[in-house]
Amino acid sequence: MSSAKLSPADFQPLVSNGIVQQISRPSLSYWADAWLRLRKNPRAMASLGLIAFLLAFVSLGPALWRIDPSAQDLDQIGIAPGADRTVTLAAPFEPWNPQQQPATLSDNSLGFTLALPASTQAVRLAWAATGATRHRLYRNVFDPETTGSLGLPLVERDQPWFEDRLDLQSGTYYYTLVPLTADGVETSGAVTLAVDVIRVISIAQARERGLITADENVQLGQRLKLAWHPLGTDYLGRDMLARLMYGGQVSLFIGIFAPLAFVLLGVIYGSVSGFLGGAADQAMMRFADFVVALPFLLFMILFKVIFGIGPGESGIWPMLVAMIILLWPAPARLVRGQILQIREEGYVSASRLLGGTTAYVVGRHMLPNTMGVILVTITFQVPSAIFTEAFLSFIGMGVAPPTPSWGAMCNEGIKSMLTRPHELMFPALLISITVLAFNLLGDGLRDALDARMRGVE
Amino acid sequence: MLSYFGKRLLLGLVTIWFIASATFFGMHAVPGDPLAGDKAMTPQIRANLEAKYGLDQPLGTQYLIYLGNIARGDFGISYTQENRRVNDIIREHFPISATLGILAIVFAGLGGVLWGALTALYRNRWPDVVIMLAVILGISVPSFVVAAISQWSLVGLNLAAGTTILPIGGWGSVWHMLVPALVLGLSTMAYLTRLMRSSMLEVVGTDYIRTAKAKGLPPTQIFSRHQLRNAILPVITVLGPAIAGITTGGFVVEIVFAIPGLGRYFVQAIQQLDYTVIMGTTVFYGAFLVFMVILVDLFYGLIDPRVRVDQ
Repeated sequence: MSSAKLSPADFQPLVSNGIVQQISRPSLSYWADAWLRLRKNPRAMASLGLIAFLLAFVSLGPALWRIDPSAQDLDQIGIAPGADRTVTLAAPFEPWNPQQQPATLSDNSLGFTLALPASTQAVRLAWAATGATRHRLYRNVFDPETTGSLGLPLVERDQPWFEDRLDLQSGTYYYTLVPLTADGVETSGAVTLAVDVIRVISIAQARERGLITADENVQLGQRLKLAWHPLGTDYLGRDMLARLMYGGQVSLFIGIFAPLAFVLLGVIYGSVSGFLGGAADQAMMRFADFVVALPFLLFMILFKVIFGIGPGESGIWPMLVAMIILLWPAPARLVRGQILQIREEGYVSASRLLGGTTAYVVGRHMLPNTMGVILVTITFQVPSAIFTEAFLSFIGMGVAPPTPSWGAMCNEGIKSMLTRPHELMFPALLISITVLAFNLLGDGLRDALDARMRGVE
Repeated sequence: MLSYFGKRLLLGLVTIWFIASATFFGMHAVPGDPLAGDKAMTPQIRANLEAKYGLDQPLGTQYLIYLGNIARGDFGISYTQENRRVNDIIREHFPISATLGILAIVFAGLGGVLWGALTALYRNRWPDVVIMLAVILGISVPSFVVAAISQWSLVGLNLAAGTTILPIGGWGSVWHMLVPALVLGLSTMAYLTRLMRSSMLEVVGTDYIRTAKAKGLPPTQIFSRHQLRNAILPVITVLGPAIAGITTGGFVVEIVFAIPGLGRYFVQAIQQLDYTVIMGTTVFYGAFLVFMVILVDLFYGLIDPRVRVDQ
């Protein structure tokens, strides 16, 4: 056994030279690292940009485009974006009552002709008094040649003239005159006339609508410009752009706040359940199972019926409350699973060993470690909340009119889909873009935040 | 296994009881009165009607009568159509919704497996990119918009052809079902495609596929026998919740395509506050969904013996 040679100098304390640890790169926190990874994902960044744009559209938009979303422009009802918005000044409407054969008839088999220039005040038609005594008149906004339908039956008449004043808009109408037999049966020999209707307004009306000032000197036949609606108007003449902005506030509010609220509730419930463990955990989770088993949309509808919507209420809050009551169990289960897993981790034991209280361990170590999963869940719940709002508003169970929401606008638009597709397309497009953006962001966040949840790409 | 399903069934029954109770008390909390109509009625008539519908009983008694009736499968008589029993309404209209739903599930399942397998097979090549783009669209566009657009294109198609190739609405023949079922199944199909793709890609990396390759099996056989069969399992688990989604999604499709199914009837009943029909269809749909989910779980346990559902 050899003895080591030790001198007193070996027992001197070491002197730090200041470069014990050389950190070559700045240290990255979990969130900074996640952000770096998210930034490398072009789809996620594009979707973030889209979401920022949508939020700006609904929040800053109304400040820039100061149009009341419930104000009606009665001169421009259901116009498409970019439609002609000139209006011609005309004399006030006078009823038309031709005593004898009006105007010169055209040379088609029925002599069917436009008696006077057509305007939105009236379309005046005349035909030959000879031949059949009774005629039926149809009107269509589409060409009967291509659609095979004569359209709306307007009138059956004995007199050889007719004045049409039914809801006329500027554009082309196709009038078809069908001669009838004495028994009222349609015979062959129908004649179709294409009529271009121009928009007119009387001087008094123009003053009333503020198109011209009271003392302005104008003449009949002069052309004026009506108010501009960049995205057209809906079936009540309300500005689509303004309604899309205000409707987006409702849709995005429900879409973002409902998931925030019920995920928060779920996080509290799940972390309490997971941390308590044992019988309490079992009981709490059985209750959650039970709520999960309830058919969601049926209960949403039921809640809406039960809460009812009083006069002047928008119906947003009942929807929000119903969503929170019904949807918390899914995040609660997720968080509980996470908490159960993390509870066994070494750093939790270490923190306990160092004297961390329960609240400290949960708040400092457990919840921050489940934060990624929670964030991803919220992001993926946003599209489904927006869909739910849209679905409920679509079947008439959502927000109450006149409150606009994208779903309610779709519901209104689908009724006139064939003649005015823009009323359906714009809100539908915005819903789709929003859902797409949140889905892509959710994918990106999942990849950036949580390696365990990362899908196979 | 059996005791597990016994428990599940029990929980299912409790859920149905809860649905029935919530519906009952909820509907009684609704402001308004089913007898308050346009018709003026004398107190005598009113009392008679209340006695006829049992509305003069205390709420507790009404609840017990209601539960007893449900247990016997009797949902009462419609308030707005007094000559029709709710049972008849369900019997008449539910088969239509069910046919549509089954067809949609078949479309969604077959389509999801097919497209998902294709994307995994052609990973990162153009079929993958095109299909995944369609999937993102299918997930992002609400079903009523898809329904509206497809009906619109049907109108265009029929106009271009000059005759009715496919009817744009209504119910009757197989031709009426095709497009609505496809629309109804579309979002589920998109979801299943995504699931199938990731499931297929996961299976590709497993040892048994490598073994199959190593022993020289032809690629088609590896694909169909080993890869596809294993990758399909997760798809089947989500079919239960998918049935729920398709049932409620059916409301919209039935409204847009004017199909006389139970969903459309349900929405109508809500708008007219037809109490018995709302209660009857809610309980019926609720029970149907609860048992469908249990059935799918049972089925899953049968086809995949590795799954120990009782854990």
